[in-house]
Amino acid sequence: MTITFVLNICSFKMPRPKRIRKVTNPPHFKGFKPIGLSDESPVTLNYEEYESIRLSDFDQLGQVEAAAIMQVSRPTYARIYETARRKIAEAFITGKPILFEGGKVFFDSEWYGCNRCGCWFNHPEKDIPVTHCALCHSKDIMQYNEQDTSATDTCPECHKQLEREQGMPGHTRYCPDCGQMTHHDKQLKGNHMKRCQQHRNHKA
Amino acid sequence: MKVAITSTDNSLTAKLDSRFGRCSFFAIYDTESQGIEFIPNPNKDAVEGAGPAAVQLVASKGAKKLVSGEFGNKVKNLTDSLQIQLVMINDQEKTIQEIIDLLKQS
Repeated sequence: MTITFVLNICSFKMPRPKRIRKVTNPPHFKGFKPIGLSDESPVTLNYEEYESIRLSDFDQLGQVEAAAIMQVSRPTYARIYETARRKIAEAFITGKPILFEGGKVFFDSEWYGCNRCGCWFNHPEKDIPVTHCALCHSKDIMQYNEQDTSATDTCPECHKQLEREQGMPGHTRYCPDCGQMTHHDKQLKGNHMKRCQQHRNHKA
Repeated sequence: MKVAITSTDNSLTAKLDSRFGRCSFFAIYDTESQGIEFIPNPNKDAVEGAGPAAVQLVASKGAKKLVSGEFGNKVKNLTDSLQIQLVMINDQEKTIQEIIDLLKQS
């Protein structure tokens, strides 16, 4: 049944949808222009590509760390970074302007809680460190950490639940206790869930 | 700096509106001149897209901080790119005057 299902999906010839990339620090200007050249058609650098240049070359992070920050896998990150460098090279060599635009991204900032007035606030300006509450200016604040425990891998032998790591496929992990290969507990969402439910109803 | 506070009515004794996009009024408070302006929300009964429309409205007034009970999914992405700070207050009994008093202390 699994094989027919896979074949069905393949027959649609539809690529897997892109994962939404997290951009923590978007640029606050629109792009670059070469000096002394008349306007040529610009090179569009996506926000995700800008972010990859920022993480790899400005913050000098490794690909694994940077991929985790952008919430994509390491190979995907490498591809984003490669297109970014190609586009920048094209703009430099041919004297084209660079425009920051588009990309499948979401912007994110971190949440903080105030222990005095009980409010929650976020902090979109990353350059300035958070020192006091946005409402009552109290210094008694804490960072809100959202733990994503919804995605887990289960060991088939001892049923131990392992927390899923971003960019690590579940079926290639081994249980630290008994050495068995783990299953990825897939959570069905959206259209995929609807299709699976229809399939089940049809069978029943 | 201007702060937008969602309000249930156009007076200082009104309570904070717990919803951002479909609140009744926005109170725009200027921290420098201490002036307060109440703007009725045109998207109060909107079916969809009230949040982004509300962000546009308060951003056009120059607000850099939004105070409300809750924010929707679409709002945070927009405000992050516009560099607007969000503040969530769980206490729905707080009045606009109380929030402004909190903002005044430093």
